[in-house]
Amino acid sequence: MAAPASPPASTPKPGGLRAWIYKRFPVQEFIADQLTGYYAPKNFNIWYFFGSIALVVLVLQLATGIFLTMFYKPGEATSFDSVEFIMREVQWGWLIRYLHSTGASVFFIVVYLHMFRAMLYGSYRAPRELLWLIGMLVYLALMAEAFFGYVLPWGNMSFWGAQVIVNLFGTIPVIGSGLVEWIRGDYGIADATLGRFFALHVAAVPLAILLLVALHLVALHQTGSNNPDGIEIKERVGADGHPLDGIPFHPYYTVKDIVGIGVMLVMLAIVVFFVPSFGGLFLEAPNFEPANPMSTPEHIAPVWYFTPYYAILRAVPDQRAGAFLMFLAVALFVFLPWLDRSPVKSMRYRGMLSRGALALFAVSFVVLGYLGLQPAEGLYVVLARIFACCYFAFFLLMPWYSRIDKVKPVPERVVFHAHE
Amino acid sequence: MAGDGVIDDHQVDTSRRVFLTAATAATGAIGAAFALVPFISSWMPSERARAFGAPTELDISKIDPGQMVIVVWRKQPIFVVRRTPAMLASLAGHDDRLKDPTSANSDQPPYAKNVQRARTPEYLVLIGVCTHLGCMPKARFEAGFPELGADWPGGFFCPCHGSRFDLSGRVFDGSPASVNLRVPPYEYPNAHTLVIGLSDAAQKGAA
Repeated sequence: MAAPASPPASTPKPGGLRAWIYKRFPVQEFIADQLTGYYAPKNFNIWYFFGSIALVVLVLQLATGIFLTMFYKPGEATSFDSVEFIMREVQWGWLIRYLHSTGASVFFIVVYLHMFRAMLYGSYRAPRELLWLIGMLVYLALMAEAFFGYVLPWGNMSFWGAQVIVNLFGTIPVIGSGLVEWIRGDYGIADATLGRFFALHVAAVPLAILLLVALHLVALHQTGSNNPDGIEIKERVGADGHPLDGIPFHPYYTVKDIVGIGVMLVMLAIVVFFVPSFGGLFLEAPNFEPANPMSTPEHIAPVWYFTPYYAILRAVPDQRAGAFLMFLAVALFVFLPWLDRSPVKSMRYRGMLSRGALALFAVSFVVLGYLGLQPAEGLYVVLARIFACCYFAFFLLMPWYSRIDKVKPVPERVVFHAHE
Repeated sequence: MAGDGVIDDHQVDTSRRVFLTAATAATGAIGAAFALVPFISSWMPSERARAFGAPTELDISKIDPGQMVIVVWRKQPIFVVRRTPAMLASLAGHDDRLKDPTSANSDQPPYAKNVQRARTPEYLVLIGVCTHLGCMPKARFEAGFPELGADWPGGFFCPCHGSRFDLSGRVFDGSPASVNLRVPPYEYPNAHTLVIGLSDAAQKGAA
């Protein structure tokens, strides 16, 4: 089956408004370059929904965030009350806030699945290393954004979470204590801290995320998408100059993605309407009382998307080593393109070693996430140490096991079964 | 001759051009770096925050033996404990279970670098912020406190990550915290007054 040719661009009527705009702005060229003329592999599966879903969630967060900013008042004396005001007195304010707070968790679910997809099919491998690195920057910016946002309601968990995270920088030798004072702008987490976190959350970091997402798409469209078979479709080009195994992103994948986005929105709505705090995972109970610098909550745990790293931090009996390993756990993703020495990209054609390692990594990540929510005592600490070792072994032993792993021959064309 | 200001390509001194471009860029970069100073400095504690960081006073004659009072200094809880002779006696005999029994690597004024970690043994003054990641430790003064084991001599327990400290704020082995609880600078202007914090100049001298 030959890939369909891109539909001919409709020619605007001379003298019409469209012709007037097209002469002055490259609308048609942009659509042709990025959508109708961008050829994506035809064998995408369910894992390929999450990129475009992430984009939709980003728009959701920007839209709801802008509206929350209209009613929220940053400040030690006003933050908590203004969030309560949004929840109780602003018309539909509760919906806007729950969409924003649930959207944050959905963003991380989607991004983690998107990253796992890349690890499953070797999407970080050459020639997509920069695409992966830019994606990692988006992930880092997203973590910063989520942390700053979490502090803003100024509940007791906001306060103590900020205290713990900011103090992590105090473990840096020599400059640590001065750095912490600089970040806080006071001798404790205070009004000054809240003000700067607000500015970073609503302006600086979102701008950085938008820029990085744009760069991510530029890098993606330069190399083209990877696919579940890990084959470069650009190496098999048809008579029309388009990849034999590619189909235009629009309309084929835009229509497919709308289905995935619809499913995501249904799930988002179920959470927002029925379980907005999601049993304490999305919104934690201690955050429903105002920040109190004189009372630490009985049990401090970050929101679920940080708990794997938090479990690693607590598993180490030395504070500096713990903080270092926690940052390392995040940073190791950056090196994946160079740690992976397998001759094939996709797990479909790799042997039991690589598959087992990835499975063990995924299990470790989830178990560490669970352990990070539990108190740091007894068996939990022992388990956290075991799974932290598995987590690091996945990365550090990769140059070895990915090389000696038995691989299957990779087909020349993507595996694709058309629906009857 | 190109008299009308047009320069022949052969006459362009490229090495001079490269040098001038690099020198201009370097000067610009230095200027931009200096322009960052006010923005970075704006994050330092403001004059108001510094003023509120002034010393705070406490009348210690009102503390009962064995009682702990928490006062706020520089947004941090300060624990003031009037230790009983029994509490002071509990400090001996567990040096081998401490990470830093002599406070060699810990942060305290020189006058508190002793077993009692205090100017006068009776009154313990500590910054009530866990040296691990800044939670507020809880007072667990009774020896053998149920959750903390039969060999617990009494002290402080951090609920966040499980760090344990004795009644001088010295950290036990097996805690995520690496150093003892910090001691703020303080002095007794008279027998019943405790002043926590010193003027900046005095503080530098004390530290």
